[in-house]
Amino acid sequence: MNLSRRSFLKSTGLGFLALGLPPAFLVRAAKAQQVGKGKAMVVIFQRGAMDGLNAVIPFKDRAYYALRPSIAVEEPASGDDRVIDLDGFYGLHPALAPLKSIYDKGHLAIIHAAGSPDNTRSHFDAQDYIEIGTPGIKSTPDGWLNRYLNAKKTSESPFRGVAVTAQLPRIFAGSAPALTLSSIDEFRLRNEAMAKTLQRLYTTTSDSLFRFGGQNLFAAMTELRQIEPRIPASAERYPNGRFGTSLAQIARLIKADLGLEIAFTEIQGWDTHVNQGGAQGQMANRLKELAEGLSVFYRDLGDRADDVVLITMSEFGRTARENGNRGTDHGHANVMFAMGGPVRGGKVYGRWPGLAPEVLYEGRDLSLTTDFRTVCSEVIGRHLGQKDLNKIFPGFRASPQTLGLIA
Amino acid sequence: MSVPLNQEQKIIHFLNRTSFGPTREEVQKVNRLGIRAYLDEQLSPERIPDSLVEEKLAQLKTMRLSTGELVELYPPPKVARQQTGQQPTMLQQQMQGPRFIILELQQARLLRAVYSQRQLYEVMADFWSNHFNIFAAKGADRWLTTAYDRDTIRPHALGRFKDVLRATAQSPAMLFYLDNWLSAGPNSIAGRLAPNNRRHGLNENYARELMELHTLGVDGGYTQKDVQEVARCFTGWTIRRPQGEAEFYFEPRIHDAGEKTVLGHRIPAGGGMDDGLQVLDLLARHPSTAHFIALKLARRFVSDDPPQSIINKVAESFRQSDGDIPTVLRTIFGSPEFNSPEAFQAKVKMPLEYVASALRATGAEVQMSHQLLRYLGRMGEPLFLAQPPTGYPDVGSSWTSSDMLLTRMNFAADLVANRIPGSRVRLEDVGDRDSLARLVAPDALSPTTRSALAETEGSQAIALIMAAPEFQRR
Repeated sequence: MNLSRRSFLKSTGLGFLALGLPPAFLVRAAKAQQVGKGKAMVVIFQRGAMDGLNAVIPFKDRAYYALRPSIAVEEPASGDDRVIDLDGFYGLHPALAPLKSIYDKGHLAIIHAAGSPDNTRSHFDAQDYIEIGTPGIKSTPDGWLNRYLNAKKTSESPFRGVAVTAQLPRIFAGSAPALTLSSIDEFRLRNEAMAKTLQRLYTTTSDSLFRFGGQNLFAAMTELRQIEPRIPASAERYPNGRFGTSLAQIARLIKADLGLEIAFTEIQGWDTHVNQGGAQGQMANRLKELAEGLSVFYRDLGDRADDVVLITMSEFGRTARENGNRGTDHGHANVMFAMGGPVRGGKVYGRWPGLAPEVLYEGRDLSLTTDFRTVCSEVIGRHLGQKDLNKIFPGFRASPQTLGLIA
Repeated sequence: MSVPLNQEQKIIHFLNRTSFGPTREEVQKVNRLGIRAYLDEQLSPERIPDSLVEEKLAQLKTMRLSTGELVELYPPPKVARQQTGQQPTMLQQQMQGPRFIILELQQARLLRAVYSQRQLYEVMADFWSNHFNIFAAKGADRWLTTAYDRDTIRPHALGRFKDVLRATAQSPAMLFYLDNWLSAGPNSIAGRLAPNNRRHGLNENYARELMELHTLGVDGGYTQKDVQEVARCFTGWTIRRPQGEAEFYFEPRIHDAGEKTVLGHRIPAGGGMDDGLQVLDLLARHPSTAHFIALKLARRFVSDDPPQSIINKVAESFRQSDGDIPTVLRTIFGSPEFNSPEAFQAKVKMPLEYVASALRATGAEVQMSHQLLRYLGRMGEPLFLAQPPTGYPDVGSSWTSSDMLLTRMNFAADLVANRIPGSRVRLEDVGDRDSLARLVAPDALSPTTRSALAETEGSQAIALIMAAPEFQRR
């Protein structure tokens, strides 16, 4: 909105609605409904630093067993509580069993020894670096998902970028509008009589922080109420807990054809310094929730999975060697998953750096062979069709050979 | 925008930062005493009678119990099942398990924020408990957080930094949350004798967060090597009776007795428990700590991105007073940066600040209320339940997502319509809308808000003020 128009509204003290003018954000909302079926990327952040070495296990690397006497998962064999063999070298933790059929179907890819190249072992800094997409440079003001929304003007839908979290995550911070929404059904004003007044207050306030949040909020609410009867319910039962609930919301938004391009959610509880467990235990429970959530999400999407690529990330991996408390401390490289119809799955990508003492990063952690930005760039470039990747990851030059993750 | 604040705005600004929201009574009191005398009083909370909140808190029985008593009276659901042989219902789990303890803690913090006369003390208790965050739902912390809040944080909320630092370092709740209670020297006596014991090696968790989050700050000048050396110093700082009457003790058999070097400072071999104390002393006096604490305080009290000049002043005051919190606070409130028009309404209220300020401004009568606590959760600040050691962020952009704004608007409507069980607003106590608006932003409501108020009838106008953008700020 330009300044004279705003000061006009201010000086009259009346909002658009009272004047009968169609406010810009409602025009945008009306357009957005015509978006139709589009491609979407779903980003899952595993906060707390997942132990990638115990999620996708290099069971043929003998050093793995030597480094982890009490938390290693036993080699593949018949019976429960064993590594699930993928390719004779790597295998899934048994709690990730729900992902095996998706992998076999070719819709799940794994990228090992991947992550952020910065050496910080601070949760906060490492998460921040991944979310702003410039490891080592703290001054970057916006998140890389927001830069995508700015770079690629696909539609005016308020649902282009949605975080199913309470807080707007750093990865979505920036000048493009991004929505947070924890529940489609509860995304409404409880006092309808105040709706118009509040809409006017929040969409015209000179307080830019609230105007920004408010415009998007009211545009999204308006549209959601119109389309609500047509939003399908979940076709599958999700696991209990916040993660399952979030994925259920994302699947519904995708199926509602609201113009969603990027969805984000998170799953916590990976900071396993103590009693991490092996085939069973604390981390196995987290993996189970992750895998069940992802597999139900995949089934729930049905044929819409052909339009969706989901990727997972975590701030860093954990020490190759278990610590003194049957847990692991903050480490370096990790493992990432990519799931969806367009993914060339059924394969573990990335060069395995090994676990021998002389190749461990700083003598203690898994070394990094794939920058997380390589993975994200391929999804953004090949799947979402954003060609100029320098706008998304400034200063990042992906290694010449791409992974070829996306068909 | 450089018109100096008028007297009324100065008082509202001061109360916005030193309390959980202005009330008519407090405005009158500051008018009567003057800001300086009022601040003196607030900085000596033991001299302020506080019977109203004490009466309310008396109903919360877990607040006075020791950790051992809490474990006994509110056992984990599994143990309760073994004792009674019955599957507990949801309600029983809520009322008889450790979740009840956390509910009472949350309730107490909210009641104190709303009713305590010692507002600045409560603000600082909130600040330190966020700075030294623990997660009340992690394992044994379900029983340890009550003592952490009561015996570790609150006694030092207006004390000296080094005392609250040491109190947290030796609190069972922090030792458990950041795993130090299990950290052992690999070459310690126990480590050599029983390598299969679950305490046979270092755990870096506390050492790292101690420097990154509690003292130096992430760019404060420490290395991975320092993290390991500090972890070695703290081996043996552990918990006696972790599942009962838990208390701190030093266990020499798991202590790494060798020499260490921390931040270039040599700590000779054989120091025992003194190693950890030396590290705390080193960190408390370190210039990076003064700077980091100054930054966090200035961010809380002045603005999200405080001017370098105020950070320097506060850091200097911290150093000169050896971390004396009241001295540091006087420096902040007396500074031109604090009293500048740029600082007025510069902060977005965190959810507790928002909810408490609405309850205070409307004079709501608050009882035990699960619904109010649930609202805080939906707004993103479930009390005592920030999982990461960073605690809750203190910048506006973290609290203004669409979902959070919507929840705040719904809260305002529910509050004034008396749809929140456990809270009651009597319109006749709220007074007229103009005087309510003067508690929010005297002479500073936007024309849109003013005209919207003029068009709105009765109680809806009260709800509108609570929901307006201006009331989201302090």
